[in-house]
Amino acid sequence: MFDLTGKNALITGASGGIGGAIAKALHEAGATVGLSGTREAPLQELAAELGERAFVLPCNLSDPEAVAALPKQAADAMGSVDILVNNAGITRDNLFMRMSDDEWQQVLDVNLTATFKLCKGVLRGMMKARWGRIVNISSIVGATGNPGQGNYAAAKAGLVGMTKSLAYEVASRGITANAVAPGFIETAMTDKLNDDQKAGIMGQIPAGRMGTAEEIAAAVLYLSSQEAAYVTGATLHVNGGMAML
Amino acid sequence: MSDIPDRVRKIVVEHLGVEEDKVTESASFIDDLGADSLDTVELVMAFEEEFGIEIPDDAAETIQTFGDAVKFIKEAS
Repeated sequence: MFDLTGKNALITGASGGIGGAIAKALHEAGATVGLSGTREAPLQELAAELGERAFVLPCNLSDPEAVAALPKQAADAMGSVDILVNNAGITRDNLFMRMSDDEWQQVLDVNLTATFKLCKGVLRGMMKARWGRIVNISSIVGATGNPGQGNYAAAKAGLVGMTKSLAYEVASRGITANAVAPGFIETAMTDKLNDDQKAGIMGQIPAGRMGTAEEIAAAVLYLSSQEAAYVTGATLHVNGGMAML
Repeated sequence: MSDIPDRVRKIVVEHLGVEEDKVTESASFIDDLGADSLDTVELVMAFEEEFGIEIPDDAAETIQTFGDAVKFIKEAS
């Protein structure tokens, strides 16, 4: 249904479970994809799997210079950046009373500040093209909070406010900015939970299961499409009913 | 060099969809030519490309009128 032929998409965190699924979904819809991430090997693997229309763009988002350079690298490789998916994120969980300034700062730097800079970096091209799609991956905990994740929740809630402000500014130029807020998704991050933790989480999910990376990718694909042109400043919650917001 | 005002005027006319004779020396992009703040950012982008110059953000903020733009570009190029 959604055709992204001729569109160029930059996806951060493409070496991870959700990012990889997003890249595959956009690629399958016809987009050229720029795969960014810190670890180059999984990016190369994914690019090889996708074949044509895939570029590997390694970038460490905690390095401000690398962040500043990424939009141009992506535009040089693909010709433009029409779709930006800010998916990369890190966690440095700790109880509030034990959280160090460094744990706080690292999470804010990568999850919020790098996203701001990447959005800013791709806007010029999108404004000129009078077309653009920005999809920022937030999280359910940005809306609900989560013990041990004061830093992560702050960054993910911050993304939502930032996305809405940006959406206001650029709506008249054919650019949309939206957020997708995943609930609990089967990834390497949630694999680390023990069975008791998983059972506890399941009890809170009306759907009775964790979501899949593909289900997040489908939401991103929709928000990246021409069909979603009238959707902007929205947060699409994909959480199996865990929080009905 | 001497054609700078004409080239700037052409960009302004095209971007803001205003009559050429409205684009006077003292015409303010926002107050007189109907630009919004995002239009002014786009105008600066267009000037940068047309003249192959870079206009830093703090300088861009001082470019309020057609005359300001011409003066800045003359000095920069």
